[in-house]
Amino acid sequence: MTRTSLPDPDQLAVRILRGERAAVAGGLNLLDNKLAEARNCAARLLASLSGERWLNEGHLVGITGPPGAGKSSLVCAMIREWRLAGRSVGVLAVDPSSRPELGGGALLGDRIRIKNSSQDEGLFIRSLANRNQLGGVATEVWPMSWLMLASFDIVVIETVGVGQTEIDIADIGDTVCYVAQPASGDTIQYLKSGIIEIPDIFAVNKCDLGAAARKTASEISRSAPRQDRREDWDYPVCLVSATMNAGIREFHEQFDRHRKYLARTDLLRGLRTRHQSAWVVRLLKEEFGTLGLELAGGRAGIERCLGDNASNQFAEYERIRKHLLSRFMSVNPPSSLTRKEHSDEQATV
Amino acid sequence: MASVQSKRDQPWLMRTYSGHSSAKASNTLYRTNLAKGQTGLSVAFDLPTQTGYDADSPLAKGEVGKVGVPISHIEDMDQLFDQIPLDQMNTSMTINATAAWMLALYIGLAQRRGIDPRTLSGTTQNDIIKEYLSRGTYIYPPGPSMRLIADTINYTVKHVPKWNPTNICSYHLQEAGATPVQELAYALCTAMAVLDRVKASGEIEPAAFPQVVERISFFVNAGIRFVEECCKLRAFGEIWEDLTLTRYKVEDPKLRRFRYGVQVNSLGLTEPQPENNVQRIVLEMLAVTLSKRARARAIQLPAWNEAMGLPRPWDQQWALRMQQVLAFETDLLEYGDILDGSPVIAAKVKELIEGARKEIDNVESQGGIIAAIESGYIKRELVGSHMNRLRAIESGDLKIIGVNCFQETAESPLTAGSDGAIMKADPAAEQGQIDRLRAHRTKRNDADVRAALQGLVDAAKSGENVMASSIRCALAGVSTGEWGDSLRAVFGEFRPPTGIDIAIDNREVLGKKDQVTELRERVASTGSAIGRPLKLLVGKPGLDGHSNGAEQVAVKARDVGFEVVYDGIRLTPQQIAQAAQEEGVHMVGLSILSGSHMDLVQSVLQELRSRDLAGVPVIAGGIIPAEDAEKLATLGVRAVYTPKDFNLNTIMADMVDVIRECNGLNRIGSLH
Ligand code: B12
Ligand SMILES: Nc1nc2c(ncn2[C@@H]2O[C@H](COP(=O)(O)OP(=O)(O)O)[C@@H](O)[C@H]2O)c(=O)[nH]1
Ligand SMILES: [Mg+2]
Repeated sequence: MTRTSLPDPDQLAVRILRGERAAVAGGLNLLDNKLAEARNCAARLLASLSGERWLNEGHLVGITGPPGAGKSSLVCAMIREWRLAGRSVGVLAVDPSSRPELGGGALLGDRIRIKNSSQDEGLFIRSLANRNQLGGVATEVWPMSWLMLASFDIVVIETVGVGQTEIDIADIGDTVCYVAQPASGDTIQYLKSGIIEIPDIFAVNKCDLGAAARKTASEISRSAPRQDRREDWDYPVCLVSATMNAGIREFHEQFDRHRKYLARTDLLRGLRTRHQSAWVVRLLKEEFGTLGLELAGGRAGIERCLGDNASNQFAEYERIRKHLLSRFMSVNPPSSLTRKEHSDEQATV
Repeated sequence: MASVQSKRDQPWLMRTYSGHSSAKASNTLYRTNLAKGQTGLSVAFDLPTQTGYDADSPLAKGEVGKVGVPISHIEDMDQLFDQIPLDQMNTSMTINATAAWMLALYIGLAQRRGIDPRTLSGTTQNDIIKEYLSRGTYIYPPGPSMRLIADTINYTVKHVPKWNPTNICSYHLQEAGATPVQELAYALCTAMAVLDRVKASGEIEPAAFPQVVERISFFVNAGIRFVEECCKLRAFGEIWEDLTLTRYKVEDPKLRRFRYGVQVNSLGLTEPQPENNVQRIVLEMLAVTLSKRARARAIQLPAWNEAMGLPRPWDQQWALRMQQVLAFETDLLEYGDILDGSPVIAAKVKELIEGARKEIDNVESQGGIIAAIESGYIKRELVGSHMNRLRAIESGDLKIIGVNCFQETAESPLTAGSDGAIMKADPAAEQGQIDRLRAHRTKRNDADVRAALQGLVDAAKSGENVMASSIRCALAGVSTGEWGDSLRAVFGEFRPPTGIDIAIDNREVLGKKDQVTELRERVASTGSAIGRPLKLLVGKPGLDGHSNGAEQVAVKARDVGFEVVYDGIRLTPQQIAQAAQEEGVHMVGLSILSGSHMDLVQSVLQELRSRDLAGVPVIAGGIIPAEDAEKLATLGVRAVYTPKDFNLNTIMADMVDVIRECNGLNRIGSLH
């Protein structure tokens, strides 16, 4: 047994809702914990935190783009604006892990760029390694961002835009922003790849570099296709410089504008429900594979259930999980699944 | 023309890098050193002075007078040079971000003593570029820093013509792990950036530009591979001659000479069997004196107890005597260049020049040294080189006598004394300095101070040279913190990339089971037993800029599977504890080499407790004397590592065990 005792989830929820930093930190640790008893506790914590807030309050912002584009620097600049407006901010900074055969370690180096040196009680940064999960964003990011949403007005998720993470971020954030590096191959690759459909806001950073930035901005404006997209949103392309603090206010205003747009058009609730089901889908897929997911009605089915029942995603996940377990068990009693359920414990040396 | 010269050459300038506690105590030390035959002064400033804080700033707590002399205002400068004639002295100041200010104080003092600034000679190090890469006492972003360098050059060329306004440094790059080629390349790129900036300022007439080029001198390192180092210095000279001619069109060969001072390598000086350091120092000194064509103009040597702590006067005297024996007893100075014509030397020089040119082109193609610093490229290269060096020491490929081989030793009488064989700064110095500063503030004319500072801010904003207004500030009694803060308000502050995001080294996988693979298993299994992957915070509290240890620990920890948070140097204990909380780490590892470990570690522990994090184990590493390590243990620090613990794999195994213990798991023990 490990010595660290688990917190009481109901009490922890109360403290998180009160905005206690220690509780937020403790809650995030709990959500990250893979031990069976911790997972039960985490589920209870999330259940007591969940509610209407998760469907229509706060603002979940996703920032993505190639490494070095200046995502963290821009997040820093935006935090300045949000804090001036009196809003509290939680940040989840997601960095890549090295491959498992190379130890799976990670360097979490975003804090240094995101935080200016002053002490600020209204800002909370947690760095997280993506741990190679399906090549995309770690599954923990969903519940962690919800937990932060219970405590902060704004939650920013920074992810390095490589491959799957860019797609994942669209399943997490209310507003997704792509930060482009002027004249970089990454951005050109991005424009070609089709995932350009994802972001709601584009930023071309380092406009202090001049012509290269302007050229990239016009390339993006030209290639952002309009069909199939929400009609009354204009997908702004902002030329900014995080270090010279240029264009930041206008850029920053786009986020509020987009959030208001989602509320006005009643898109937010549906978006959040879809994101919640994306997480349920991810969990089910991890645990039961594609077959299990199909048995549960696929992504569409899960989305429908979540929307219709207006239940929360944890209850829904538990329900489906139990259902699947019983089905698997009845087919194949000495199930490998039963063992899998307890597999965490064997690690407790 | 191999020949014995009829006349012995003049020896180089002999200095001892020193300063501690207070201006008064340092002045006494300087005067004794001069009496022992030292021919120039080399001032070591304390960290608050170097980073532009007053002695009573909360950020200066525990650092005042520790690793150098505190200079808060012109009266301190006056006391530091009490009974030392400024017009006859050659004074080298290791000062960078606040170089313009210390120079202003020195010039202001000369004016007050009725001495013509034109007679002043000496050096301000004033290479802020390498501060971002190695030395760590930067304040402002690169743009304003370059501007400050240019301002001091433009000013001294006109008004203090014998002054060396900047010393382009490759010394500190080697101390951060650079290879000879990297040293050559990055120092020369820096020199070009500085000269280009001065040119662009338009303050110097084109006809006078060669004089500016002539004023650029270098501060170089010499390591234990002394043949290669000797060649490196010849290479430096050849590239500089060529560059000044082709890029800056300086025709007069005298103005194109590569002038440099030296401190020999300290990174390779060891804590175990410290007496061996004497041999190392002497051999390294040979590298920069052997070849007449590439001989140093000034030398300062570290002491035998370098890796233990600050040297005492006797230790410094010993180092000075090494120089004197070489200069006055040997026949070295009786000959012309003894290496000219050697094909072996010529080939090595050529190889180094080619390597350096390639890397210079590489940096230039990235937009020059500033861009390559901002992007993190150069820092990553340095961290990578240092990592390779440490790996070679761990594996035994690079032999360090007394450390990874020939460890057996008789007891050393040198370290037997009751003082721990190191100098300890006066613990009362901090309060003394604060009292002096507060008294000084009440004595000055506030209106003058305000007007002078306004003048400084106006100049900073308008682009006018800041030297004249800084001298006005000096004479008005402005303090170091006031000067620094005024410019912070205009220029902002900067934190450079940490360079630890280097590509993971996969030489050690490839199916081979070695210590690293074993460590990866331990880290992974401990993580799953605790419930989540092991997360480590590497923290550098205080003003200490020694980042090597922290960087290498962070890189190795990542390589063995830790998730590592490292935010760079110069953080407060509050910031570190807050990061530990927000990040939910399993361990906090502090690295402190500034001598302020007792204060800083206690503050961190206190801050952690106040955040309910008393259960998170804290370990510490750096220059920590054994008696202090014991005290830290009783305060709750779980482990203390010092330079003798050169094997990072062993440290990692130990760290995993500490985490296991703190989480109710059994220790695994040493690696196989
Ligand atoms: C290299 C060096 C420098 C470089 C630093 C480059 C860099 N970016 O790190 C340069 C040249 C810039 C430098 C400058 C100065 N230096 Co210096 N420097 C050294 C030197 C020679 C080696 C330190 C080093 O990097 N070793 C290699 C690394 C890998 O080893 P390490 O840090 O000790 O780490 C090992 C262990 O200690 C442990 N460890 C360390 N930290 C941690 C953390 C964790 C979590 C763990 C697990 C383990 C661990 O593990 C490592 C593996 O073995 C030492 C003397 C010596 N030989 O030790 C002096 C020394 C530290 N410097 C000293 C001084 C005074 C200075 C200056 C302040 C001088 C001045 N007045 O301006 C300046 C300013 C620096 C600043 N901004 O703070 C003094 C400190 C005196 C004291 N403590 O009382 C020393 C001891 C020299 C001396 N005897 O005077 N320095
Ligand atoms: N020239 C310029 N550099 C910038 C700007 N914003 C960020 N940078 C630099 O770009 C590098 C990467 O920034 P960072 O925010 O860490 O990028 P991230 O990897 O996308 O999070 C850093 O060296 C920044 O100083 C900008 O607006 N202009
Ligand atoms: Mg980032």
